[in-house]
Amino acid sequence: MPSQQPILEVRDLTVEYDTGSSPVVAVDSVDLDVHAGEFVGVVGESGCGKSTLLFAIAQLLSPPAAITGGSVHFQGQDLVAMNEKKLAALRWRDYSVVMQSAMNALNPVKSIGSQFRDAIMSHDERVDDDRPAEVMRMVGIDPIHLRSYPHQLSGGMRQRAMIAMALLFTPDMIIMDEPTSALDVVAQRSLMVQIKELQQQLGFAVVFVTHDMSLVSHFSDQLMVMYAGQVVEFGATRAVFDHPAHPYSKGLLDAFPSIRGPKQPLTGIPGTPPNLAHPPSGCRFHPRCPVAFEDCPKIEPELYQVGPIQARCLLHAPGQTQPAEPVQEVTS
Amino acid sequence: MTDVSVDSKSSTGQDSGASTAPLLETKKLTRHFRVGRGLSRQMLHAVDDVDLTIDRQEIVALAGESGSGKSTIARLLAGVYQPTSGEIYYQGRPTSSMRSRKDQLAYRGDVPMVFQDPFSSLNPAFRVSHGILRSLKLHRPELTRAQRLEEAERVVEAVGLSPAGDIMHRYPYELSGGQRQRVGFAQALAHKPKLILADEPVSMLDVSIRIGLLNLMSELRETEGVSFLYITHDIASARYVADRLAIMYAGHIVESGPAESVLANPKHPYTDLLLGAVPDPRAPLTAAVEGDTGEPPKVIDPTPGCRFRWRCPLVVDECHQTTPTLRILGTNHEAACHVAEPDA
Repeated sequence: MPSQQPILEVRDLTVEYDTGSSPVVAVDSVDLDVHAGEFVGVVGESGCGKSTLLFAIAQLLSPPAAITGGSVHFQGQDLVAMNEKKLAALRWRDYSVVMQSAMNALNPVKSIGSQFRDAIMSHDERVDDDRPAEVMRMVGIDPIHLRSYPHQLSGGMRQRAMIAMALLFTPDMIIMDEPTSALDVVAQRSLMVQIKELQQQLGFAVVFVTHDMSLVSHFSDQLMVMYAGQVVEFGATRAVFDHPAHPYSKGLLDAFPSIRGPKQPLTGIPGTPPNLAHPPSGCRFHPRCPVAFEDCPKIEPELYQVGPIQARCLLHAPGQTQPAEPVQEVTS
Repeated sequence: MTDVSVDSKSSTGQDSGASTAPLLETKKLTRHFRVGRGLSRQMLHAVDDVDLTIDRQEIVALAGESGSGKSTIARLLAGVYQPTSGEIYYQGRPTSSMRSRKDQLAYRGDVPMVFQDPFSSLNPAFRVSHGILRSLKLHRPELTRAQRLEEAERVVEAVGLSPAGDIMHRYPYELSGGQRQRVGFAQALAHKPKLILADEPVSMLDVSIRIGLLNLMSELRETEGVSFLYITHDIASARYVADRLAIMYAGHIVESGPAESVLANPKHPYTDLLLGAVPDPRAPLTAAVEGDTGEPPKVIDPTPGCRFRWRCPLVVDECHQTTPTLRILGTNHEAACHVAEPDA
């Protein structure tokens, strides 16, 4: 895969919310490459900056949020430097966005079909008349619902309709912001399977944001874990699940009960995510970290290579020799 | 925490044989809603013939998809809706006989509800202490002002929010989602409840803090002696906290039994479907990926027959003719399915 040029190259992307006194850095120097046809999962708690990152990639930020550094290259063009007119041409046609709440993202007083036509008419692209019906069939909804209004569809169907709309022009990349979080487990599972099938069939890339790490475990190729605006771990999904290198990823993985195997008490991750206006010194995770040691509040870790994974943890810093013993001491 | 011993407020049951009756029991509980108007008037069967029993200090999980009627049951138990037919027995006494304001107040104090959305269930204009103190004043009028404050601090500590004095003076917007949901539990605890109806209490929260609240429920069961009805669509979390598990589909309870037994040995094909939908990262990546695109039906003026038959992989002729009823198929384990086999 690395031989190919990535279709999305995010470099050093920084987003700040201007709050007057002190700007809040919600996304801090994030790098991300997405190759054609790849499924990248982005996970983290509420307020870790994952949705802000998506909005920044899609150039959908509105004040007080603004990109203050870095670049977003999509198919070789820098989206950050582009004006609205050029962006409008790219949106829907080359990349599209599926929002978290389909109820709010769809216009309640227009039928699904007329919203599809709006999207088609705003582009010069020539589209077959039966394309809306075709995409509806692709996501498993009877095209008769093109005449339905959003309130007449169930939550799962609305979310599918949003995805159908995102597929109108067969884009190269679809950005999804927790599209399944309002659904229950069964609907969630079937939607994920559908997304994966469509992706394999049509070959678009997916950037998928969620707070539920288990959800993407069977679907994503690459996994990025964010904490307090920073990437704390990045690597192939299976590698991260099998051998999480960052204590935060470990915590996330241990946070949900299993339906198989012995029942064991779980602890979750104690504490709450930090206030980004005043992030903790050194490693931002150290106040909640079960294996923090004396360097953690002092030194800001970088992303270190740990086998196939990159992790932002001082335990993996080059020259760090004692991962096992001192850890136990500080835990007490 | 001074003069309120356990028995001083059991005005509800008069304790006539209440000790042997389960804490709460429903018999043939049914709730229909009228939909449409004029000639297109129809009946939506949200809950049909539900028999549910909750014992003292027991956590019962009620699991099912959206629209299966699980929240309607919670509202029926909380007295928000009146049943269309059937009866709820609280400590052996039918709730329909609790007509006086005193009785109703006592029941509502004993069986409070915790809501799904911690962002809209707290009044943003008042401090955290407001809701707790108000319900204390209503449900435990014997307390003095100082005792109320003391009791409020105690319940805030009990749900793991500390320092209590500081938290009580904050406004909801100053708290995180997890903290707000704990405030919801504190409000419920203030009346010294017997049973807390928790309607999807963690589904709006981040995965990393859900466990904390689930652990809180188990803890409160031990320390405060309350029972819980835990309503969820996440069967893995139900397994984690619950003693017993009831699975709902389209208004019926289709399977119930000890949580471990239901999950290890599911009898109803719908339970199988729910189990298969739970994402499990510990399972190998190659696990069969198959989608079920069906949705639970809206049960409008139903005809006899199993309500799961359109999605069921095991469907036989009988399923279209008669509605299955719950049959005992194992130790305390029952399922409503024509095809399910009893334990050998």
